[in-house]
Amino acid sequence: MKLNERAEEILETLWVNNEKSPGEWMDLGLAKDNPEIDELLKLGYIKLINNRLSLSDKGMIEGRKIIRRHRLAERLFTDVLDIKEKLVHPVSCQFEHLLQEGIEDDICVLLGHPKTCPHGKSIPPGECCRKSQKDIKKIISVLSEMDVNQKGKVAYIYTKDNPTLQKVMAMGVLPGMAINLVQKYPSYVFQVGQSQFAVDKEIASVIYVRITK
Amino acid sequence: MSEQKYADDVLGSSFKKIELMLQADYGISKHSIGSLLLQGDDEIISLVKLKDPENFSKIMEAVNFAKSSYNDPLSYIIAIQNQGKANYIIERAMEYGPSKGISYREKISKVMIDPLTGIPIMLLVLYYGIYKFVGDFGAGVLVNFIENGIFIKYINPLVIKIFIKIIPWEVLRSLFTGEYGIITLGVRYAVALIFPIVTTFFIAFAVIEDSGYLPRLALLIDRLFKKIGLSGRAVIPMVLGLGCDTMATMVTRTLPTKRERLIATILLALAVPCSAQLGVILSLLEGNPKGLWVWVGVITLVFVFVGFVSSKILPGEGPSFYMEVPPLRLPKLSNVFLKTWTRVKWYFIEILPVFILVSVFIWIGQLTGIFNFLTMLLTYPIRWIGLPDKTAVAFLFGFFRRDYGAGGLYDIKKAGLFTGNQLVVACITLTLFLPCVAQFLMNIKERGWRAAVGISVFVLFFSFSVGYLVNLAFNTFGINL
Repeated sequence: MKLNERAEEILETLWVNNEKSPGEWMDLGLAKDNPEIDELLKLGYIKLINNRLSLSDKGMIEGRKIIRRHRLAERLFTDVLDIKEKLVHPVSCQFEHLLQEGIEDDICVLLGHPKTCPHGKSIPPGECCRKSQKDIKKIISVLSEMDVNQKGKVAYIYTKDNPTLQKVMAMGVLPGMAINLVQKYPSYVFQVGQSQFAVDKEIASVIYVRITK
Repeated sequence: MSEQKYADDVLGSSFKKIELMLQADYGISKHSIGSLLLQGDDEIISLVKLKDPENFSKIMEAVNFAKSSYNDPLSYIIAIQNQGKANYIIERAMEYGPSKGISYREKISKVMIDPLTGIPIMLLVLYYGIYKFVGDFGAGVLVNFIENGIFIKYINPLVIKIFIKIIPWEVLRSLFTGEYGIITLGVRYAVALIFPIVTTFFIAFAVIEDSGYLPRLALLIDRLFKKIGLSGRAVIPMVLGLGCDTMATMVTRTLPTKRERLIATILLALAVPCSAQLGVILSLLEGNPKGLWVWVGVITLVFVFVGFVSSKILPGEGPSFYMEVPPLRLPKLSNVFLKTWTRVKWYFIEILPVFILVSVFIWIGQLTGIFNFLTMLLTYPIRWIGLPDKTAVAFLFGFFRRDYGAGGLYDIKKAGLFTGNQLVVACITLTLFLPCVAQFLMNIKERGWRAAVGISVFVLFFSFSVGYLVNLAFNTFGINL
């Protein structure tokens, strides 16, 4: 049975509290008359003793999954969709409930198994992260964050600044072109097609590459 | 992308619509005109308005409809489609041999652009290419030979003899053959001094340029130049400035934004000594290594400081850097020769009239007493920075020929009128002091009257202020050089 949003949020709050101070039981407080509390108790996700709440083992696992979805969503909105900072948290709060199990792993792969959310809190690793431990790499990476000698194909150009887009186009950097990073410092040097170019960080940060090697 | 799909999309149908509505003959294909219209080329838009007036509004309607159908600019969409078509052709037409691993060219290139090895290489190139070849060989050996060996020994006496015969009036004669005469100074200066220095510089520059080293230098220095509001691209005018600031000011045209051009012009006017000046200053400070280091330190500091401050003050966006890095090649001798020849020729046509004009100015200035007046005015700031009055003359002439000013200091030094400290203060102030008259004229031409005069006023005050501060520092800390 799928939990509703309120119930998921209760598990989330308890899990975060346990992350901060492990083993502490939380005051029931305002949640007292919530029907979700009863439901969670019935399903064995939480324990209630003397008006104080704690997660059961089952609840611990579920809470961890919700937090993982929430923080991955935050990463997705910040890194890929470029949503304003203020909106990241509320939007992620809604989004986490929409994610079916398994989809968050796809997002995790897409983002390159990030370790922390944009606020610096750790993202609980999923099965996909464990699998990729030996060979961690992002599928799509911005040119400025690629490793030297990494190869790929230009995925897209992301900029709202038209002159920058013109410059990038003038170099023949267009989706589908093979690209590899030759050097990162002091300037970014890359090879695209048969030509080499040097650019600064601002330009290297608008070129997104689908890594192939 | 298949033909069918291409025709189905908005862009394809817009192309077709526009091509049908274009009636006039444009000399190029209607598809190209359509493509330029869709990409918003202003020139073509006004051309179509002129040639196809009845259909113009409908055509623009179609263009705007296409524009509104995409999130990205149409130029980007069209570029992606063209790239797709190009790749389609290339896949069928080109074959790549098996890769042989990294070639020795690429290895050398990697060594040049890695900061660990690249910066020492850069210093070596500048030391041998500019300092040794242009400074020592061009400004030293060649200038010495042409000036002393040819002009002073043969040409000047001959010209003076001829003019004594044809012009009996002493005053008029001095316009041509006097101490600052058109031939004895203007032409001699152009041929004996500028010609060898500029030629050697252009040779060195052409070699650096043709080998493909310049973009590698630019990418090494970009981060540093960003701090002073310039991009790596500006390395070209800055290095040229070490040869001739006038020419370098003209080359600032290649910088992409007005802001960068202005910063580069200010720095060239203030803190980049040209090869003629560099040569004389180095010989002035010969035997005074501590003084030389103080000079280098102060000039570098001023360069960085003024660049940093102007990049903070001047409005406009910061610079962005992108440059092709071509493969390294051994420069072809014939190319180097041809480039040097065209540049020297062009340079002469531009610069010779200026030198003749300068001679005339000096002649008038001396005749009317304006020079004496200006010299007197200059003695005030000169005293202020703790130098003997006589230095004022050197500074005044420094405006007409940068190295002539330094040459004037040379005479004063020989006469034993300078202490070590005074010499260093004088060298620093004169290096920063007003650009030569040719550079001033170029500043007007490139940046306009207001900017050129503004820069000169700033440089005038700034140079003396730095001289004053250095002198003050010497006195306060009891430093004796």
